[in-house]
Amino acid sequence: METLENKYTYKDFASDQEVRWCPGCDDYVILRAMQNALPQVGIKKENVVFISGIGCSSRFPYYMDTYGMHGIHGRAPAIASGVKLANPELSVWVITGDGDAMAIGGNHFIHVLRRNLDMNIVLFNNEIYGLTKGQFSPTSLVGQRTKSSPYGNTQPPFLPGELAIGAQARFYARVGGNTPKEMTQVFIEAAKFKGTSLIEVLQNCVIFNDGAFAKYTDKKVRADKQLFVEHGKPMIFGKERNKGLVLNGLKLEVVTLGEEGIKESDLLIHNAKLEDPTLHQMLIRMEYPLVTGIIRRFPDVTFEERVDDLTRKVRADSKFTKTDDLFFSGETYEVE
Amino acid sequence: MSYFIRYSKDIFNKLKKGIEKGILYYQNYNQNVMSIAKIKKSEKALEAVVVRFAGDSGDGMQLTGSQFSDTSAMFGNDVATFPNYPSEIRAPQGSLYGVSGFQVHIGSVEISTPGDNVDLLVAMNPAGLKTNLHAVKPGYGIIVDTDSFTKKNLEKAHYESNPLEDGSLDEYQVIEVSMTSLTKEALKDVAGLDNKSITRTKNMFALGMVYWMYHRSREHTIDFFRTKFKSRPELIEANTKVLNAGYYYSETLELIPNAYTVAPAKMPSGTYRIIMGNTATAWGFLAAAEKSGLELFLGSYPITPASEILHELVKHKHFGVKALQAEDEIAGISSAIGASFAGDLAITTTSGPGLALKGEALGLAVMLELPLVVVDVQRGGPSTGLPTKTEQSDLLQAMFGRNGESPVIVIAASTPANCYDYAYAASKLALEHMTPVILLTDGYIANGSAPWKIQPVAEMPDITPRIIYGADSQWRSYDRDKDTLARDWAIPGTKGLEHRVGGLEKDQTTGEVSYDPENHQYMTDIRAEKIKRVQNEIPELQPRFAQKGDLLVVGWGGTFGTLYAAVKEMKQQGFEGIGLAHFNYINPLPKNTAEVLRNFKKIVVCELNSGQFASLLRMNFENIPFFQFNKVQGLPFGNVELTEKFKELLA
Ligand SMILES: Cc1ncc(C[n+]2csc(CCOP(=O)(O)OP(=O)(O)O)c2C)c(N)n1
Ligand code: SF4
Ligand SMILES: [Mg+2]
Repeated sequence: METLENKYTYKDFASDQEVRWCPGCDDYVILRAMQNALPQVGIKKENVVFISGIGCSSRFPYYMDTYGMHGIHGRAPAIASGVKLANPELSVWVITGDGDAMAIGGNHFIHVLRRNLDMNIVLFNNEIYGLTKGQFSPTSLVGQRTKSSPYGNTQPPFLPGELAIGAQARFYARVGGNTPKEMTQVFIEAAKFKGTSLIEVLQNCVIFNDGAFAKYTDKKVRADKQLFVEHGKPMIFGKERNKGLVLNGLKLEVVTLGEEGIKESDLLIHNAKLEDPTLHQMLIRMEYPLVTGIIRRFPDVTFEERVDDLTRKVRADSKFTKTDDLFFSGETYEVE
Repeated sequence: MSYFIRYSKDIFNKLKKGIEKGILYYQNYNQNVMSIAKIKKSEKALEAVVVRFAGDSGDGMQLTGSQFSDTSAMFGNDVATFPNYPSEIRAPQGSLYGVSGFQVHIGSVEISTPGDNVDLLVAMNPAGLKTNLHAVKPGYGIIVDTDSFTKKNLEKAHYESNPLEDGSLDEYQVIEVSMTSLTKEALKDVAGLDNKSITRTKNMFALGMVYWMYHRSREHTIDFFRTKFKSRPELIEANTKVLNAGYYYSETLELIPNAYTVAPAKMPSGTYRIIMGNTATAWGFLAAAEKSGLELFLGSYPITPASEILHELVKHKHFGVKALQAEDEIAGISSAIGASFAGDLAITTTSGPGLALKGEALGLAVMLELPLVVVDVQRGGPSTGLPTKTEQSDLLQAMFGRNGESPVIVIAASTPANCYDYAYAASKLALEHMTPVILLTDGYIANGSAPWKIQPVAEMPDITPRIIYGADSQWRSYDRDKDTLARDWAIPGTKGLEHRVGGLEKDQTTGEVSYDPENHQYMTDIRAEKIKRVQNEIPELQPRFAQKGDLLVVGWGGTFGTLYAAVKEMKQQGFEGIGLAHFNYINPLPKNTAEVLRNFKKIVVCELNSGQFASLLRMNFENIPFFQFNKVQGLPFGNVELTEKFKELLA
């Protein structure tokens, strides 16, 4: 087999299509992070498939020089499931937006997570409908003024991570839309994970919801407001690397190292592989700090593995190898 | 109450010994000996017989009926069956809406429908009698289980007086049998049976009786018990005993003349089996997958009356069938589109409400120009409508139920057995023309069964999918075949053919997104033309009975059997110049359609909707006038209503 690592560069994954997102949109960052990640995953590009729904974000497949399908609104997870089941060798990526995944496509979104096919979902969460020019989405905040909520949004939002874990997601990561390095790293890990991985990108829409995540993602505050977790490492954050998380009863608490005798060894060590998602849920819900990185990564049997196993068993027990065997089996009779 | 006791005790005492020996001595207990005598006089060999079994959902009528039809088919009869069961899974016992029926039409002649008029009705309870009596003409036979005619059951069936006593059945040849008591008696020495299992076997008593009447062998059914109850020997014994008891009961009492013979039918020689429409559909796809060398993918969401296709295909993992029961119909078709993109023979199966949900995704498949088969087993609509009843009212939905100019191939199966052929044809057309195909069947043929002359895969026409395994750098995803206009199928995993498809309009040369007005016109036209050119591949329309004349009966899809039988009867009654043109290919229509239509003075389009195919024909043939005969009752056409209409038009 050819060695593929280091063979490709990001350019091999860029199609010749002109990218049409608004200047300054985080979608550009995500595109480049993906084009940087794939050469490091070590898969042939003819085995990569991007499937999207509809939205600004869903234009993504056109810009990747791989196989791709720009589908219909909300249905990308279902389309991608068919691709993966038809050919489990493929590396399948779903590209979706907050409206695409959680409004019109909510049903497919939860069920694809539940089934756990080996594929990856990149959720571009900009807390707005970009393509249709600025209506509120299922992640828009209460009170948010949008084209369709001029007096403020009255529908409480989903927290995508929480919804995902409710739907049994085995892999959930969150990254800021302006941290390409972390994003690339997460994409690579997601690609390697066996099972459905969901990566939520906090994607700034410069036109309709500019600054939605600034309080966490702005360069000036990022280090103080975000905790980028890594499996097996203590939960430390802050410009000074002096803040951390401890578990106090049933609550996560922010502590300062050195204060009240707190040492690094007192901090929680991130365990992404816990089967019980309680702690992961708590991390997802935290507002200060906002937890990013791979929050959950629980290895589990994939849907394909279950199907494969069953197929093998059925095959072994079956007396049929060709359809004719079936047609002529059981009660047949001759007419002279 | 009193009625029940009077009869059952009486019979108990007098018949005990007889049943033990398998022979019954008791005679003349039956009040209807007179009417039995009437049957005796009418002894004759019948060409065809229609038997309907009706009883409570728990009475096993479906099984009884299918045993009778299987046995008859093996004897060489042509058969057609139709089940009729309640939508409620466990309706209250004895209630009118809990009645389950199964009709079997057997013949020594060609049988094309499950039959109009019932020759023999087996009614296991008052509700079964009440709901089915209308199908029996005066003078014909009814077998009833008198034990079930209790006050309570009569009330549940809304009978004010007992029809067995009040003279309301005088016109019929009623055979009263204390079936429950006789069954109990026959089983009193079989160990290990509870009361429930005992009463459950009484349907076999009825079957035994019917077997004797029509000279059927019990062998097939006894074999069936042996496999079905492999691990429960007491049930094999019980069912066999009761079947025999019913058989001997008829024989010994000679209550029923032994002259109902239905000789084997003349059918082309070969190996046959009885097949249900939905099974035939599923098997057609299996055959197409094997022939084309592709794996079969089904994405589906359960819905009556299409679910059996899913049930059948999930069994066949050994053939590499991938069946996904999706979260809804949209996911069903969307997953199939994904599988098609990735190189499988992809199908999705549903009924009307599901087709409505699939509309948008079907449009995507049109745009992507990928092979896909959508099966719509039509049922009564709109909305939830009549889930267990048949109708042909999704035709225009199949044709036009999408946004934009969105042509697809539409074909329709017309008999339970040819569901196999049309599922196969749908796959072949989809794969060779790179387009979605809608296959319409309906509840009537999907649930009906008939003999199928087994068609081995080797005898089926070749299928050549348009997969390409490599191309030069000039290759574009929307390059087309000169003749068929089908594009190439470049499957993920193929080096050098990476490309993007999508629902946005594509440039005719590069295959990239295009908003160009001229290009959109071109692409719209070419998608239409591609479907139109399928005409070159489909068979011409072959009218039956007459090539020209006074009246052409036009039908499509599942009404074939009823229309065929009706036109045939017209011929037999001496009406010449009446022909039948039955359509299986609806979009595009066969090339010679206009020619066929113009050879008749009058045309009547008969369909189980308010005139959808007629509208389609008017769109295509503006100058040809069409009469219509329509029915939207959830029921198939009846022979009489059809022939009356034809006579009226010929007058
Ligand atoms: C069936 C259907 N309904 C509505 C639309 C219109 N529509 C297109 S994208 C979109 C919302 C997209 O929002 P999101 O998923 O958040 O993506 P973004 O544009 O923000 O990336 C809507 C409502 C459509 N294309 N199809
Ligand atoms: S509208 Fe918003 S999300 Fe869409 S491309 Fe422009 S900036 Fe990005
Ligand atoms: Mg959005």
